Amino acid sequence: MSTTTSTSVQRSFEIPQSRIAGGRFRDDLRGMSVVWRRELIRFIRNRVRIVVALVQPILFLFVLGTGLSPIVKTGSHGFDFKTFLFPGILGMTVLFTAMFSAVSIVWDREFGFMREMLVAPVRRSSLVVGKCAGGATVATLQGAIIIVLAGLVGVPYSPVLIITLLAEMALTAFGVTALGVTVAARISQVESFQFVMQLLVLPMFFLSGAVFPLTDLPQWLAVLTRIDPLSYAIAPMRSAIFEHIKVSPSLLKTLAPSITWDGWKVPLGMELGLIALAGIILLLVAVIQFSRPE
Amino acid sequence: MPASPTKTATPTTRQSDIAVEVNALKKNYGDLAAVKGISLSVAPGETFGFLGPNGAGKSTTIKMLCTLVIPSGGTAHVAGFDVVKDRTEVRRRIGLVFQDTTLDDYLTAEENLRFHADLYGVPRQQVRSRLEQVMEMVGLWERRKNEVKTFSGGMKRRLEIARGLLHAPRVLFLDEPTVGLDPQTRSHIWNYIHELRKQEDITIFLTTHYMDEAENCDRIAIIDNGTIVALDTPEALKGSIGKDRIEIQTDNNKDAISVLKDHFGLDSSESEGSVAFHVPGGEQFVPRLFAELSIPIKSVRVARPTLDDVFMNYTGRTIRDAEASTTERMATNPWMRARSRR
Repeated sequence: MSTTTSTSVQRSFEIPQSRIAGGRFRDDLRGMSVVWRRELIRFIRNRVRIVVALVQPILFLFVLGTGLSPIVKTGSHGFDFKTFLFPGILGMTVLFTAMFSAVSIVWDREFGFMREMLVAPVRRSSLVVGKCAGGATVATLQGAIIIVLAGLVGVPYSPVLIITLLAEMALTAFGVTALGVTVAARISQVESFQFVMQLLVLPMFFLSGAVFPLTDLPQWLAVLTRIDPLSYAIAPMRSAIFEHIKVSPSLLKTLAPSITWDGWKVPLGMELGLIALAGIILLLVAVIQFSRPE
Repeated sequence: MPASPTKTATPTTRQSDIAVEVNALKKNYGDLAAVKGISLSVAPGETFGFLGPNGAGKSTTIKMLCTLVIPSGGTAHVAGFDVVKDRTEVRRRIGLVFQDTTLDDYLTAEENLRFHADLYGVPRQQVRSRLEQVMEMVGLWERRKNEVKTFSGGMKRRLEIARGLLHAPRVLFLDEPTVGLDPQTRSHIWNYIHELRKQEDITIFLTTHYMDEAENCDRIAIIDNGTIVALDTPEALKGSIGKDRIEIQTDNNKDAISVLKDHFGLDSSESEGSVAFHVPGGEQFVPRLFAELSIPIKSVRVARPTLDDVFMNYTGRTIRDAEASTTERMATNPWMRARSRR
């Protein structure tokens, strides 16, 4: 490490002017991808978290699913309640993982890493997009682990079905991460994370039709379930699964109905479109929030 | 922020010669004026120290220069670019080491640095060699595969310094680089900083509230209550006080004090068995003292003024007192309390 070599490295290192003048977009892209990659590294490295995150879905699916089977209507139709529950559990896994990943921004702020990102010479928007993409990927991966269990609850391992479910989970994960990042922008303390879980994540989960069908509900509950964006993510996943198993049309109508607005059936494309739209709007809000300087 | 290529590529000629140029810079937080219009300029290659108690406005100033905080008034240029108008250009050319660690504990040392290289657009083919160079400099190359959470406080700080240098910045900002470290680690960090000045053509702008560390700087600005009260080389600052401190032990301290007063016209005070007084050109004064003081002298000690004396001279209190009163102020002011929690 002699002085002369260091000096020459220093000289040759001067950032080429052409790159500064023309490479703005590529720099942003690189910033985006590194934020995404960080999410993945942190996810894969923390195996304990992956395993712990499996506990809740498995409890819901096998303990709650089995326990409730005798008293829910599906039993009388000779239909496994766990099959009904499965798409709801996929939604739950995505919801919790994506939200957790997004709200880790609060930890980044608390432990200072946020500052490393905020002073970087890239657009803040590219960092926010990278963060959302990272959270979405991680949540989809976690959901993919649950898909492995499909056979145990009577859901066939059909490639078309698996690809459909993965795509729908990815879209949901993106929407939830965007929501989480928007919320995280407003949270200044780690302790507030509890509020987010109680006031946002749990209501979203219970109102989404993950654990019960959104048919024949009292008016007040029906309205609330239609407001919950997660409803529009669970319904497509459930109908995809039901299309791949043999059930009577009447059962299909009871257990996997399309979401209705005052009697009007919301088409599948529109359900997914709503999720995408909500995700994009929330992402834009997040970008604006994080672009604001101190 | 669309800027024409010519504008982005070439800083205006006049300012490119100056690493940091600050003019009447101000920052208010509500009613609280944190920085009250400071001006200074730092030449390329210089190590410039910002000395002052906590809450004097050091960190706020550094945050404005790093484009993290928008000034309430005045202008600042870093590496030739305006910190408000050309934020991205400034960011490309500066390295930052903050008081609090900004590393990701769950990534390895190398991953943290690669993350930084990508964020700062370090050309891909140079990442590997540059990584080795900066990590060797701080002695962490062997530990590059370890997760940062296994590192000690001193190692983390060293890694942050390495990271701050990775993209070959023109100006390196060090905000309290040694705060919270033990004395041995502190001196190591300073060795790295000295090494760095030899190896890289870089301007260093640092803040500290340790007087002994400020001595390492080419020039120092003493900041108190949001204003610069003195700015010069450490030697000149100490010289500006103009007096050395002399301590003598005699057979009869009481008589010595009165002789000093009557014969030499000097005010002196006795503490812990020795008599202390201030006089210009202390070393030249000692022979005269021996010749003319009738009382036998047992020992003499001549001390140059320290930066502590300088701080005292310009602010009327020691830096320790200033720290204490700031802490009190922060504890009683809910605005400051709320801010310091973050």
